[in-house]
Amino acid sequence: MPMAGSAPADSPVIKPPLWLLAELTYACPLQCPYCSNPMEIAGYKNELDTADWMRVLQQARKMGATQLGFSGGEPLVRRDLEQLIAEARRLGFYTNLITSGLGMDEKRISAFKEAGLDHIQVSFQASTGELNNYIAGTDSFEHKKEMARQVKKQGYPMVLCFVLHRKNEDQIRDILELAVALEADYVELATTQYYGWAYHNREQLLPTRAQLAHAEAVAKEYQEKMKGRMKIYYVIPDYFETRPKRCMDGWGSVFLTVAPDGTALPCHAARQLPGIEFPSVRDHDVAWIWNESPAFNRFRGLDWMKEPCRSCPEKEKDLGGCRCQAFMLTGDAANADPVCDKSPLHHLVTDEVERVQQLAGKKEFEAKPLVFRNMANSKRLTEAAN
Amino acid sequence: MGTITDAHVPFITPQFRFQWEEVQNCHVILYPEGMVKLSASAGEILRRCDGLRNVGAIITDLEQQFPGADLGPDVRKFLEDAHAHGWIRTR
Repeated sequence: MPMAGSAPADSPVIKPPLWLLAELTYACPLQCPYCSNPMEIAGYKNELDTADWMRVLQQARKMGATQLGFSGGEPLVRRDLEQLIAEARRLGFYTNLITSGLGMDEKRISAFKEAGLDHIQVSFQASTGELNNYIAGTDSFEHKKEMARQVKKQGYPMVLCFVLHRKNEDQIRDILELAVALEADYVELATTQYYGWAYHNREQLLPTRAQLAHAEAVAKEYQEKMKGRMKIYYVIPDYFETRPKRCMDGWGSVFLTVAPDGTALPCHAARQLPGIEFPSVRDHDVAWIWNESPAFNRFRGLDWMKEPCRSCPEKEKDLGGCRCQAFMLTGDAANADPVCDKSPLHHLVTDEVERVQQLAGKKEFEAKPLVFRNMANSKRLTEAAN
Repeated sequence: MGTITDAHVPFITPQFRFQWEEVQNCHVILYPEGMVKLSASAGEILRRCDGLRNVGAIITDLEQQFPGADLGPDVRKFLEDAHAHGWIRTR
């Protein structure tokens, strides 16, 4: 059967967004020191209201977005979440709730189901109450387990997400056993990515090579063992690679993030990039933002690339990696992601990895406190930076 | 995983969502944080997996709508793949 509606070959094709990540709020009862939210969370107070979000959902769905993630901060903080879920479901989105589980109980999980929620992803910080509660900065482990049981009991597909780093990487086997015991359908073993708070805490979070090798072997073992029952995604840590990740599947290609204040971003970390004015859904509709705005076109395609990306035979494969990482590590978002060993600045990654290899386990180094993600630290660090 | 016979009655697994996407101009399967775009023929087959008809009836219906070919082997093969992916169950 022929496919109708394909674009003429000579017009540049901007494919519609498939993923809308709705960051409903930066408020969160947890304080994870690897949070990917910006350090400046305390400075953003002007949250979109219910009507704004309804409009964003309608506009994004009309463009063809199918996956919707309610995220944050902690999306459960929003009292209108049930309303937003119902509207999203009515529009035909597949709705994902990405949550810590705090702010939920049996009744609310059931109300979400009634509103049409498709899936719940619950995050855990570790496999033991002690470490989980330390990393989360709050006493949450038992409640999370109870919520995971409820999610399953009420018939949702369940994803459990564990962010891995040096403090919990060695628990990998117990982490997977916890996922098995809670009957997760999918497990995301997400190696910490160094954005936002995680970048600030990088040296305390970077794992050692030995830890990674062990974690990868155990993850493979469980992938094999749980085949057909539980799908395990193991995200390979890019700091230890020699080629960059195909970040967000390309700038303005698949993902649209809307931050709590309405700022539209090609990825949730992009707001830090200097010299780009990210449009707000308060001022523009989603179609203009996606198709026309200078921000979403800034790194679309390949023309923005500099050397060594420009002449690289692999440029279409990884698209030069991550713009935010390029900016954070090299000071220029148009540079090659220095994870790539073709980058003249690759040593910026390997030096840090090596330094941590040498220091990890040493008492003084490990004693350095983590900076937890909360509004007080945000205010303090933002003021110190200005 | 048993082979799919004409007597099996397939239906979409409740934890997956099957729907038509106007912008993509195709049927899709949606699941947590993911989507599979389906070919036109895959869409035509899954559209009929309504938990009411058995595989034999689905094949007969498809052969009436798209005459001139023996669709049975391809349909059974696709349903086996769909079953392996977990998209459909049978009773």
